[in-house]
Amino acid sequence: MTVLDMRDIRKVYRSGDIDIVALDHATVQVDHGEIVALLGPSGSGKTTLLSIAGGLLTPTEGTVVVGGHDISEYNAKQLTEFRRENVGFVFQSVNLVPFLTAEENLLVVDELGGNKGGKAAKGRARSLLEELGLGHRVKNLPGQLSGGERQRVAIGRALFNNPKLVLFDEPTSALDTKIGEQVMELIRTEMKARDTAAIIVTHDTRMTHYADRTVHIVDGRLDAGTVTA
Amino acid sequence: MNLPLLELRRQPSRFIVATVVLSFLATLLMFLGGLLDGLYLGSTGAIRAQQADVIVYSESARDSFLRSRITSEQRAQVEAAEGVEEVGGIGFVLLGAQVPGETDIANVAVAGYETPPKGVPAPPPDGQGIADTRLEDAGASTGDVILVGPQQTPIEIIGFVDDTSYLQQSSVWVNLPTWRAVQNANRPDSTVSDDIVQALVVSGTGDLVTSIDTATAGATSTLTKDDAVLALPGVKQQGDTFNQIIYSTLVVVLAVVGLFFSLLTLERLGLYGVLKAIGASTRRLFAGVVLQAVIVAVVAFVIGSLLAIGAAAALPAAVPLQLTPARFLSTFIGLVVAAVLGSAVSLRKVTKVDPASAIGNAS
Ligand SMILES: Nc1ncnc2c1ncn2[C@@H]1O[C@H](COP(=O)(O)OP(=O)(O)O)[C@@H](O)[C@H]1O
Ligand SMILES: [Mg+2]
Repeated sequence: MTVLDMRDIRKVYRSGDIDIVALDHATVQVDHGEIVALLGPSGSGKTTLLSIAGGLLTPTEGTVVVGGHDISEYNAKQLTEFRRENVGFVFQSVNLVPFLTAEENLLVVDELGGNKGGKAAKGRARSLLEELGLGHRVKNLPGQLSGGERQRVAIGRALFNNPKLVLFDEPTSALDTKIGEQVMELIRTEMKARDTAAIIVTHDTRMTHYADRTVHIVDGRLDAGTVTA
Repeated sequence: MNLPLLELRRQPSRFIVATVVLSFLATLLMFLGGLLDGLYLGSTGAIRAQQADVIVYSESARDSFLRSRITSEQRAQVEAAEGVEEVGGIGFVLLGAQVPGETDIANVAVAGYETPPKGVPAPPPDGQGIADTRLEDAGASTGDVILVGPQQTPIEIIGFVDDTSYLQQSSVWVNLPTWRAVQNANRPDSTVSDDIVQALVVSGTGDLVTSIDTATAGATSTLTKDDAVLALPGVKQQGDTFNQIIYSTLVVVLAVVGLFFSLLTLERLGLYGVLKAIGASTRRLFAGVVLQAVIVAVVAFVIGSLLAIGAAAALPAAVPLQLTPARFLSTFIGLVVAAVLGSAVSLRKVTKVDPASAIGNAS
C-alpha cells in the first residue's frame, strides 16, 4: 500500500524577478513501512520535496496524495489540520519548546489537537520516551539535554500521533558521527516497530544504509531509486 | 497543559518588565480615578442626597443656588404645576466656622431645608443643625456649638450624617429660618426675606421640567437632579479634565502592551514556525498572546490596586482621594480591554509566520 504518492511535482520559487525551479517533474512513491533516504547535494531540492510531502508547502504543479488524502489543493487551514493528524516532522535544528519538559514537548502535539492531555496521553508520552532511551529524562527541559537526547525527544514528538509518514530533514547533521549513527539506528528501529513510512533527507552517503531504498536528487530531478537494504 | 500559561509560570522573568510598568500605570489610573471620585463626591453630596426628581432655580440664576431666589408666589405656581407632588425650599450659604477646641477654621455650608435629604432627619429646632461627617473629621462632636461666619452665629450640632458635603465644604443642615438668620447676619449684601428660598426640591410624576417652567411662565429654570449635580461649579470641568487624563493613560497602557507583546512575538517567530509546522493554528497561537496579555494586565491590576490602597491610607485626609468599587471595576475593564487591543497588534505577525520556515533553514 502506498503511503505517499507524489506525481510530476514542479515547484518554482519566485525570488524577485527570477524564477528558481527547485523541483522539476519529481515523482516518488513510498510504501507502507518503507524507509527512503533522499540523497543529494546542498540546494538540490531535498527540503522542498520534504516540505511538499508533509503539507508545509504546496506544489506549483503536480499531485500529492498522503495516506489517501489528496492535499495538492488544500488551503492553509486544511493543511494545518492535515499535518497535525497525518505526518510527523523531525527538523535539522533544535526546535523543542524551550520551557517544556521532554514529556510535555510530546504532549504539545496532543494539546494542539485540542485535547486536554489526560492520563492516557501522559502514559503514552512516557512509554515512548522510555522506548527512546529517555526514561530518566522525562522531567528535564531541553536546555538540560544533550544534542542527541534532544533529537530523540523530537523523534518522540513526531511519533506521538501515530502518523503514517514521518519526514526527517537531515536529522543527524548537527550531531557528531557516533551519536548520529545511534540516532539513525533508533529511527530505523522505531519505524520498523510501528510499520511507519519515512523519508530521511541526508547529504551523507554513510547514512543511506539505514534506509530500505535511496532516491538521488540533483537539481530538482529524481532518479528511480536504488534498493539499499 | 496550556502553553501560554506554562510559559508565564516557567519564565516569569520575561514578563516582569511589562507587569511592573502596567502595575504603575494601573496605580496611576486608580489614583486619578480616586481623586476624580473624591472631588465629585465631595462637591455633590448635598445635591445627590436630595430626595427629589428636579430642582427649581430662578430663571436669572443660571442654575446656581447662590444666585437663585424663589418667591412665595413662584412657589405657589410650582406647587400647582402638573405632576408636582412634593415641594421643599432649600438654601445654602458658604462660611467659615469655629469648632470648639480647634484652631483652624472649618469650611461649612449652612443648608436650610424642609424636605429631608437622605439620611437627614426632619428639620431641627432653631439654632440647631445636623452636620456632615466632614465636620466630625475637623474635630466637631455632638453637642458642640460652632460659631459660623464673621458674626459668629452659634449653631449647636445635634448629630452627623454621611456624604452630604457641598463644594468640598461640610454641610450643616438647619431649618429655613435658621439658614435665613445665618445668611442675613453674615452676608448683609445679599439678605433674604422670610418668604424667600434659593431653590425648590420637587418630586412628582411626568415631565416636571417642562410643566414647572410652563406654570411659572418662564420665571424658573428647572433641572433634573442629575443635571443639577453637573451644574455645580467645577464638577463638569473636573470630570472632563480627569477623564481626559485617564483616557490618555489608557492609551499609554495600550501602547505598552502593544509594544511589549510584539517584541515578545518577534522573539518567538521561530518557535511559532515549528508549532505551526506540527499543526498549531494561527488562531490558537494568537489566542495564547492575548491570554498572556490579559493575565499580565490582571496581575498589574491587583498590584496596582494594592499600591493605590496603600497610598490612599498613607495620604493626609485633606486629599480628596476616594477609592470606590465602581472605580476598581472600571479600571479593571479598561486594563483588560487595553490588553486585548494592544496584543491585537501582534496578530499580523503571528498570521504571517510560515510553517515552512521551521524546515526552511536546513540547508
Ligand atoms: N523560499 C525560497 N525562496 C526562493 N528560493 C528557495 C526557497 N527555498 C529554497 N529555495 C531554492 O530552491 C532550491 C532548493 O532548495 P532546498 O529544497 O532547500 O535544497 P536542499 O534542501 O537540497 O539544500 C535552492 O536553489 C534554493 O536556493
Ligand atoms: Mg535542505
